[in-house]
Amino acid sequence: MVIEIVQVVGFGLIATFLIMVINEQKPVIALAIALVTGAMIFLFIMAPLQSALELISTLSGQAGINNMYIQTLLKIIGIAYLSEFGAHIARDADQESIASKIELAGKMMIIMMAIPIFQVLIETVLALIPGGA
Amino acid sequence: MAYDVNTIFQIAGIGIVVAMIHTVLKQMGKEDWAHWVTLIGFVVVLYMVATIIDDLFQKIKSVFLFQG
Repeated sequence: MVIEIVQVVGFGLIATFLIMVINEQKPVIALAIALVTGAMIFLFIMAPLQSALELISTLSGQAGINNMYIQTLLKIIGIAYLSEFGAHIARDADQESIASKIELAGKMMIIMMAIPIFQVLIETVLALIPGGA
Repeated sequence: MAYDVNTIFQIAGIGIVVAMIHTVLKQMGKEDWAHWVTLIGFVVVLYMVATIIDDLFQKIKSVFLFQG
């Protein structure tokens, strides 16, 4: 793990210096380098993350938690990461309005994903109220 | 790491070479050629970026969103 963090930091520093060099001549290609660097760092941390998420899934299965909840939670994390990624890229290109629209869309999608869980919660609370519906 | 630092260097190299060719062609007075070179270099870089971004999105889908 220590070796890997050194790799990621070195990778980021190399990309940063390259972007500083290219930015003078071709800002578009500098943006492309930033995009590729972000994607690669994420792909790099994906393998350990995947095993950790599988462990969480297995543990929740053993604890008898409905798999739907964990799945929804992971989907929300995925949506949040994707929209954050896109918004940062748009913000790097000085497109503040597109970035905020992407973030708005991500928030909307997360609310849509969370509605079923919220519904179950409301139903549980209503069932707990004596004499309620 | 599925990709390595070489891809970053490739993209940066394309950027520097394209900028150099652009300057040379501009000095020679061939403005339209210089613009075409910039455009083609940008398309090549965009293709490489699109490949990696596609890979990233597929990975996010398979890890977080449980779709294949």
